[in-house]
Amino acid sequence: MILQGDNILKQYHHNGGLINALDRVSFTVQKGDFVTVTGPSGSGKSTLLLSIFGLIRITSGNIIFDGNRIDSISDLKLAHIRKRSVGYILQSFALVPYLTTIQNVMIPLALEKIPRKEQFKRATEILDYVGLSDRMEHLPRELSAGQQQRVAIARSIIHRPQIIMADEPTGNLDPRLSLEILEFLSKINRENKITIIMVTHSPIAAEYGTMKLHLNEGKIIASGK
Amino acid sequence: MTISKLVLIELWKRKSQLISGLLAITLGIAVIVAIQSVSVVSEQNVARNLDNLGANILVLPQAASIDDYYTSDIDAPTLPMDYVERILTSTLAGVDNMSPKLTRRVKVGSQSIVLTGILPKSEIASKPLWQSSGLMGAGLKTACAPTQSANQSHGMEDKKLQRKAIDTLYSDDCLAGFQVAKRLKLAVNGRVSIMGKEFKVVKILSETGTVDDDRIFANLKDVQVLLKLENQVSAIEIMGCCNAISDGLLGRLRNILPDTRVTTIGQIVSTQIETNQMMKKITLVMLVIIFFVGGISIGNYIWANVNERKREIGILRMMGAERSTIYKMFLLKALILGVAGGILGYMLGTLAGVVLGPYLAGIVVKPVYIYLVWSIILSVAISLAGSIFPTYLAAKFDPHSNLQED
Ligand SMILES: Nc1ncnc2c1ncn2[C@@H]1O[C@H](COP(=O)(O)OP(=O)(O)OP(=O)(O)O)[C@@H](O)[C@H]1O
Ligand SMILES: [Mg+2]
Repeated sequence: MILQGDNILKQYHHNGGLINALDRVSFTVQKGDFVTVTGPSGSGKSTLLLSIFGLIRITSGNIIFDGNRIDSISDLKLAHIRKRSVGYILQSFALVPYLTTIQNVMIPLALEKIPRKEQFKRATEILDYVGLSDRMEHLPRELSAGQQQRVAIARSIIHRPQIIMADEPTGNLDPRLSLEILEFLSKINRENKITIIMVTHSPIAAEYGTMKLHLNEGKIIASGK
Repeated sequence: MTISKLVLIELWKRKSQLISGLLAITLGIAVIVAIQSVSVVSEQNVARNLDNLGANILVLPQAASIDDYYTSDIDAPTLPMDYVERILTSTLAGVDNMSPKLTRRVKVGSQSIVLTGILPKSEIASKPLWQSSGLMGAGLKTACAPTQSANQSHGMEDKKLQRKAIDTLYSDDCLAGFQVAKRLKLAVNGRVSIMGKEFKVVKILSETGTVDDDRIFANLKDVQVLLKLENQVSAIEIMGCCNAISDGLLGRLRNILPDTRVTTIGQIVSTQIETNQMMKKITLVMLVIIFFVGGISIGNYIWANVNERKREIGILRMMGAERSTIYKMFLLKALILGVAGGILGYMLGTLAGVVLGPYLAGIVVKPVYIYLVWSIILSVAISLAGSIFPTYLAAKFDPHSNLQED
């Protein structure tokens, strides 16, 4: 077991009322799982994804990662966990606009203060792996959407995280590119034993999951292998 | 990649914005550096001019100011030449030496120069009356010459700077100051026509860095005739014995010389010190203004930058960047801006001082290199102070709410 959520409650105050974005959610993820999270818009998928490593602080409940409670630890400790063990992929790619492909990919290593040579070696390897060796000096705006998402994927795995959190990684891509990205994620999951939690709208994408969570109005209404 | 490299890349990619961010602080530093470079030179100049006098008592017409004495304007008041003899015949103890002068700013061709009439030593000594007073007598001089320490207390430490007495200067001859000679292309034994009168240049004085460099010295009588100010002088410089000054020589001089201002160099220096202190106060006020204007302007720039990069901050925080990394990003940027502002401000201010100094203050301004260090320290301090609050807010941003916006 790599990750466990227990009774996670996330409430938002809104116009004097309370919204339960996550309503006592519990789940268990094993190492190497490819978890897909589905559900209608507003059901709390993104909230769940961002809550796990503290980008959103939950109202109550427990989160256990790698044997440790992480729901009530400091922002600094959470940042350290994200830096070392987590990779994020977002629908909007989230690249730094003024950095080139290779520079974007090296950010997680820069945050970990990895030596320059090692950074370069790993970045070129990873870019080769995602098929962008010939786009290393391009800026994000000089890349196609699919290429940008592959840069984001490269960036999410370069520091060899234990887990990748992906929020609709194919949401901005056409079906052919979506498939390509999904194949990639699946390959990463299989070859590197990296656990993946992926939020998605698409039923095709959901099929890639080895474990499936379905949310509705903040509650898990179905889960299964 | 390092965070520092990221900062440099971002700075470089948005260099046009940089200019507006730097403008206020650069101009602010430039103004201070310009004021300081000009005023430091003018302070030095006054001190050196005073040193150069070789005299420690100055007799000026009542209506004249110290400025008149230096600027020698056309209508500066004068006092009668008889006063020189009055001092001599008064048997006042403690007057070691004196030098009456008539000074006017005149045009030679298209150039403006200062013409100074002086009485050479030989002429003073040649007057029987003056001789009998023992004025130039060696005995008296040694007996009552100011001591080294007395000289120092009057700001005349540097012997080299003191004006050498001019022994002889015949009618129709003149001595040219270094700068004047340069400007008018004068050479020894050459001729120069001043107000229609021909003078022979007998000597070009070596450079002193003072007003003397801009002067032509001629025999007092020639100058009086030329300026139609017969028997008038602008000032009488007196080398007084220090003990005598403290015993009330000034008061006694005032008694026998009606309608004059009798001052000691000490008084002039203290007036100058007051002016300098005033300048320092003005600089201080400027400093405070620039601290706020520059700080707010940099702070504003950093705040705009923070807002523009909200999403990037969110992304970095998502990837595990600590708050301290966000601080590092923006404060390093502020530091670079500060250093750049300091260097640019120093260069601009020094340039302004060097170019405008001669026009505005009539002095030659040289770059003061130590101001570069101060400019950078000041500019960095302003820049960091202005940036700390926007950076604090940037580090406090909730990472997730900035992730999805574009
Ligand atoms: N900052 C907030 N303040 C108040 N309510 C919020 C806030 N953020 C999210 N919510 C609410 O929480 C609920 C869950 O939002 P969330 O973004 O997790 O949905 P989602 O499942 O990711 O939807 P989508 O598929 O459209 O991305 C929504 O009803 C939303 O309105
Ligand atoms: Mg969502």
